[in-house]
Amino acid sequence: MPHYQLDHLDQIEAEAIFVLRETAAQFQNAALLFSGGKDSIVMAHLAAKAFWPAKIPFPLLHVDTGHNFEETIAYRDSFTEKLGARLVVGHVQDSIDKGRVKEEKGPYASRNALQSVTLLDTIEEHKFTACLGGGRRDEEKARAKERFFSHRDDFGQWDPKNQRPELWNLFNGRHHPGEHFRVFPLSNFTEMDIWMYLQREEIELPSLYFSHERDVFERNGALLAVSEHITMLDTEKPERKVVRFRTIGDVTCTGAVESKAATLDEVIAEVAAARQTERGTRADDKRSETAMEDRKKEGYF
Amino acid sequence: MDLLRFATAGSVDDGKSTLIGRLLYDSKSIFEDQLSAVEESSRRRGDAVVNLALLTDGLRAEREQGITIDVAYRYFATPRRKFIVADTPGHVQYTRNMVTGASTANLSVVLVDARQGVIEQSRRHTYIASLLRIPHLVIAINKMDLVDWSEARFLEIRSAFESFLPRLDIRDVKFIPLSALNGDNVVDASAQTPWYVGPSLLGHLETVHIASDWNLHGFRFPVQWVNRPNNPRDPKLHDFRGLSGQIAGGIVRVGQQVLILPSGQRSRVKEIWTYDGPLQEAFCPQSVTLVLEHDVDVSRGDMVVGLDALPGAGTELQARVCWMHPKALQAGRKYFLKHTTQMVQAVVSSIDSRINIHTFESEPEPTELAMNDIGRIRLRTAKPLVFDGYSTNRLTGACILIEPGTNATVGACMLEAPQEPVRVEYTDFAI
Repeated sequence: MPHYQLDHLDQIEAEAIFVLRETAAQFQNAALLFSGGKDSIVMAHLAAKAFWPAKIPFPLLHVDTGHNFEETIAYRDSFTEKLGARLVVGHVQDSIDKGRVKEEKGPYASRNALQSVTLLDTIEEHKFTACLGGGRRDEEKARAKERFFSHRDDFGQWDPKNQRPELWNLFNGRHHPGEHFRVFPLSNFTEMDIWMYLQREEIELPSLYFSHERDVFERNGALLAVSEHITMLDTEKPERKVVRFRTIGDVTCTGAVESKAATLDEVIAEVAAARQTERGTRADDKRSETAMEDRKKEGYF
Repeated sequence: MDLLRFATAGSVDDGKSTLIGRLLYDSKSIFEDQLSAVEESSRRRGDAVVNLALLTDGLRAEREQGITIDVAYRYFATPRRKFIVADTPGHVQYTRNMVTGASTANLSVVLVDARQGVIEQSRRHTYIASLLRIPHLVIAINKMDLVDWSEARFLEIRSAFESFLPRLDIRDVKFIPLSALNGDNVVDASAQTPWYVGPSLLGHLETVHIASDWNLHGFRFPVQWVNRPNNPRDPKLHDFRGLSGQIAGGIVRVGQQVLILPSGQRSRVKEIWTYDGPLQEAFCPQSVTLVLEHDVDVSRGDMVVGLDALPGAGTELQARVCWMHPKALQAGRKYFLKHTTQMVQAVVSSIDSRINIHTFESEPEPTELAMNDIGRIRLRTAKPLVFDGYSTNRLTGACILIEPGTNATVGACMLEAPQEPVRVEYTDFAI
């Protein structure tokens, strides 16, 4: 007697594939937000699975802050080529040059918040009506409130107090011209699920996720990489350490953790024992108690 | 590992968010930085104890008012199971968000304040759990510490529920006395309740039988996407035409005869494709791509079904609806109706009754259904719908109503079983 039951990874995989196909079916012009981080890598992998044997029917969209780790860009280019996917890049530098945003100054300057404007401009330029994001509900308390199909008004804003009810798997993607949707197929994945899924699917990751030697310095309890994009304070001293990254964003706001985990197995063991959330290393979330909600309302990922 | 999705419901201040905070905390799913952020906020707000509710109330407006407005999803795991928790709002005006959280749950935890006993919201939420056919129900009688752990009080509330439960469609109910604030009977059995012999809440969540919750009877495959690679260079894929979707019920096997509805064409499953290789059989809720033996006309919104246990098909439907919009539902209004993977136009031809939440009686022929009302309606669709009764299949028996002007989702409908299964002219292919 066969055992007709899916384990939890198979269930959330089947759900994510359903959401990806629903996005392709409901929106004429969708894009998949790709940062080169592990979540968007899993999402792109799931998209390849969802539409197999056809190719992914939408482009990958990368918002390039210009403050990336080199490894991320190299990975992005080889990964998209392997998928046979089309890549669209929006540059924050262009937004700065056009005067759409103003570069932050000082040692704490980050282009993290500026990305929202570049993202919304790119969405408008390409007339994308849906952007698939790799956000997960376990990441952050504002994200925990997000629908799979999340409506954005014609200013790109999220209205968390007035979200559409979302029942069963009946996703309502109807929208007026100028409005768009953010769609989150990985909503029900946890950080641990992502790592276990990466291992099960044997997906290659950027080397940043595994332990390596790097010059870092400590700021607000996080280890930041020494880089041309960050001005160090006089009191901050670089040190060479064996580290890895739990999330990958901008060089300016992504903290490393000291770690000797060099393989997926070791990383999973480390995640299982972790007593800090992965976003605990993200300076962008520490700006205020509701930093994520505030950025999301303005159109952030 | 197994996955259990559960939703918490209950009135304001019954302690839902505190209970979830406690489950996360005691199952060691709270990280140090989350806890220190909550401690910091509690201190700033002047709370007497660390306010675990702040772990789930994430929105600025929620933290300001100390209430839950929208569903928050939380995740934790024990060595036995993974859990997805929908923490749903208690306020009547946010019932629609409660329904959102409960629609995908296998189990519902309805919290009751032991001092208050059964109130309107307890009845409403229990009714909604039954309406949504959530297979398992837990009545968590909370704040038992404030009634001196009185067994008499526990039994009194329990019998108040038992007086109306038989009128609802719930088969599996468990009553648990607890204190979310102090953690009694949440993860570990409490020394305060020697008279209670059942499991702790977590003990129950870890062991409740959920393997039979998925529908494995009657194959249902709503076509989501027609997969045409259009790849002239690969001869294998040149003429490939697959039907992609998630199985909404039953099991499908290679070689099995199937019907395509509503057209009534018959064919056979030739191959089951996945990225990881072909399958001999697939079952609910897998996402797969079917290749049929014949080149039949199939598009998104059609349903492929097995020949046993046929669904109904038609344009006249009866449903129970939970209305979710400030603008009341009136007969004669037109909406978009989304059912499985298709969207059709529909008109509400009549409102037959409204359910009185106090008595669970039907009040006939109301003039309208206001926000959060539940009633029975009749619908007529512009195209035939292929459907099951919601009591048979939660996926092929559910639909939502969308207001054309605003695109707002305004109603959640649970369809009544069809009067008769679809009748098909068996003009068989020469197979």
